Amino acid sequence: MTTAYELSHLRTLEAEAVHVFREVAATFERPVLLFSGGKDSVVMLHVAARAFWPAPLPFPVLHVDTGHNFDEVIEFRDRVVDRLGVRLLVASVQDDIDAGRSVEETGPGASRNRLQTATLLRAISEHSFDALFGGARRDEEKARAKERVFSFRDRFGQWDPRNQRPELWNIYNGRCRKNEHIRVFPLSNWTELDVWEYILAEGIELPPLYYAHRRPVVQRDGMLLAQTRHLTLLDGEEPYEARVRFRTVGDATCTGCVESAATTPADVVAEVAATRVTERGATRADDRISEAGMEDRKREGYF
Amino acid sequence: MPQLLRLATAGSVDDGKSTLIGRLLYDSKTLFTDQLDAIERTSQARGDAQPNLALLTDGLRAEREQGITIDVAHRYFATPRRKFVIADTPGHVQYTRNMVTGASNADLALILVDARKGVLEQSRRHAFLASLLGIPHLVVCVNKMDLVDYSRERFDEIREDFRRFAMKLDVSDLTFVPVSALHGDNIVHRSTSMPWYEGTSLLHHLEEVHIASDRNLVDVRLPVQYVIRHGDFRGYAGTLAGGVLKPGDDVTVLPSGFSSTVRAIWAPGGGPVAEAFPPQAVTVQLADEIDITRGDVLCRPGNRPEVGSDIDAMVCWMSEHADLKPGGRYVLLHNTRTVKAQVAELDYRLDVNTLHRDETVRALSLNEIGRVRLRTQAPLLFDPYRRNRTTGSFVLVDEVTDHTVAAGMITAPHRSAANVVWHSGSVSRQERATSGLTVWLTGLSASGKSTIAAELERRLVAAGRPAYLLDGDNLRHGLGADLGFSAADRAENVRRTAEVAALFADAGVIAVVSLVSPYRGDRERARTTHEAAGLPFVEVFVDTPLELCETRDPKGLYARARSGEITGFTGVDDPYEPPESPEVVLRPSDGDPAEMAAAILAFLDR
Repeated sequence: MTTAYELSHLRTLEAEAVHVFREVAATFERPVLLFSGGKDSVVMLHVAARAFWPAPLPFPVLHVDTGHNFDEVIEFRDRVVDRLGVRLLVASVQDDIDAGRSVEETGPGASRNRLQTATLLRAISEHSFDALFGGARRDEEKARAKERVFSFRDRFGQWDPRNQRPELWNIYNGRCRKNEHIRVFPLSNWTELDVWEYILAEGIELPPLYYAHRRPVVQRDGMLLAQTRHLTLLDGEEPYEARVRFRTVGDATCTGCVESAATTPADVVAEVAATRVTERGATRADDRISEAGMEDRKREGYF
Repeated sequence: MPQLLRLATAGSVDDGKSTLIGRLLYDSKTLFTDQLDAIERTSQARGDAQPNLALLTDGLRAEREQGITIDVAHRYFATPRRKFVIADTPGHVQYTRNMVTGASNADLALILVDARKGVLEQSRRHAFLASLLGIPHLVVCVNKMDLVDYSRERFDEIREDFRRFAMKLDVSDLTFVPVSALHGDNIVHRSTSMPWYEGTSLLHHLEEVHIASDRNLVDVRLPVQYVIRHGDFRGYAGTLAGGVLKPGDDVTVLPSGFSSTVRAIWAPGGGPVAEAFPPQAVTVQLADEIDITRGDVLCRPGNRPEVGSDIDAMVCWMSEHADLKPGGRYVLLHNTRTVKAQVAELDYRLDVNTLHRDETVRALSLNEIGRVRLRTQAPLLFDPYRRNRTTGSFVLVDEVTDHTVAAGMITAPHRSAANVVWHSGSVSRQERATSGLTVWLTGLSASGKSTIAAELERRLVAAGRPAYLLDGDNLRHGLGADLGFSAADRAENVRRTAEVAALFADAGVIAVVSLVSPYRGDRERARTTHEAAGLPFVEVFVDTPLELCETRDPKGLYARARSGEITGFTGVDDPYEPPESPEVVLRPSDGDPAEMAAAILAFLDR
């Protein structure tokens, strides 16, 4: 501790997130934390656990499961949940397809990414959640740059970017009625580099996919996609082995990887600091639908 | 150890603000190649001659179509020395709301002036808002210097013009930088086109400006956000809003006034903290078991926040659906407290361009700023905004729509007798033989208050403790002889009684008040009067059911109220608002008046 009473940027960001977690726990009836096993949700869960030390986390975590998972991520998810002693809820896209509530996309570019929205909204309604913590960051994407930390969703789970509540100082207006809810983004002001620096500083474990490993991949639309049982190969696509790591981990059908030799958090920090492509630009096919793709999906109730 | 600097940018539509931010991101190498590709594609499609850096910061689709920014957008960039969060807010006239929002957390405001146009109304407005929001550092970028031939005279002229206006504001650190965002002059590197400029580049200034002293490190304020209980562990979690707090420090808990000592301070995750300071989020353990809940504030015994229900504040009105008017009721969010509030008066509207005060105004509309007096249902623990931006700020929420409708900055506690100076006596309270307090019995007519109060007074005096009964009925013969039973008159009756009780308590006497005092807000103000004077206030709720009171009816009042002979009678055609958290509750099952008086005595002796 320096005598100048200065806090590093990482601890400032952590304090801001801790404040948000405590505020929600104190003022909402049924909060839940969205946990996918991806690095942002892992960091979010880590900060949440610290906010309530020495007590256990006062809310459960929810995984919206597309069924198109990387096996390593599910193993990792269960291990983390066990270690922290938190309650895991799983909302399955497959259940909605089986029950006829959702219709699976077909064709080679098919993804269950869009179907997650319906499953998430069903889970919110079934459990009467009134606050959902998400790991989204404002630096990820243009539509997110304008998102509030407390983001109001109407009874249909929709976001109205034209009608957002002004958010001032560290005062958050989380007031809502029955069937409405608030999405809460404690990591709003973190960048990809901040997340990695924090992972390094705190020694946080991540799924092995985030570090360089060899695996078969295919080139598609200028991205590298992992060859898994969920990916349908297109004509002329030839899988080949490469040394890669993932920068985000989502649905296995549309999450790309990048060639990398980074095997430790410190390697990744150095790589991210030098990188010239945003993580979503490099690796998320779902964001490439159109320039306004994310905005449309957020209006519908996407994460 | 890089620090975080939050800056708010403002500028008129064509000042080139978005280009300036794009340039900062581009030249500090924070811009990614895919973002650049997207900009180049869009620029070509629009027929722009070169990549339009402004496209970077225009977010939502509708805005892209309009070609202007309309909301607060956050941008991030970093240098090895600092991490920057930019709250980018629009500059045009109707969006004061967004600028206020973006500026609320900012350490520094960046204001753009077009070198060709000079200081416009909008530049003045931005400077005023930055000063109103208490942003400590102001940087004026005189942009488009390339279009005035990099003229030193023009730069000096604008600087003098701006300074003349800023003298009227509360701005302590004002810096001017001549730039060309389009060409990158003086943004990251010193420009070779302006050798006459002796200052540093904009980025260099942002990296070096001293912000550590901007926080209040003097007045310890820890608003309790959440109580963490786990086994024997009980900790009070919150974000330091002011001061430096250490283990071993004496602290006072407000509003209860109880004191204790800090046993330990924990960081998130459980690391011990030797010194906690803003903006750390910590958990504090105290040496004593005290009842502390969310909304309480920990401070040092000799340095307390203001306590009050009447406050003067500057507000920025943010709703397009309704105006702010005197009498309007809202939910007020302040630190970790949520209370109901009513606008008691609208003093004036401030013209943000001329700083003229219009005292004839009847309402505030969207984007207007004015000074109001607010009356809150429960007291707030606050500091003036100038002294502490966290404990001095609040927002108002519409009770029906749940929308945030106003941002407020507390200027001072409202003092209605501002011209009368308090005369401090020469005998201090500690020097008196006994220490006083007030016991306040509230309940329906015929609930048994007066009988219990008389018994309590008798027992106290018998035990050698000075006590004095202030009975509501009796007081109305003299102190309140001019008052009726309207809500306003009842409020005034309660206020007078509270003031008198506080004087007795201050003199070392136990004042025993027996008064229907049906409205919660009135009783809360009585409590505030005592707490503000550092006097204990014990609220006793004599909770006798209406049916029973009506059966007793010793004065025949209920019968007369039922027959319509008297109106506005509490419990019949006027509401009784029971206390939410009284110190003592007495019900018929607790025994006869003597036993009830004994129960109050037991509470006092505890």
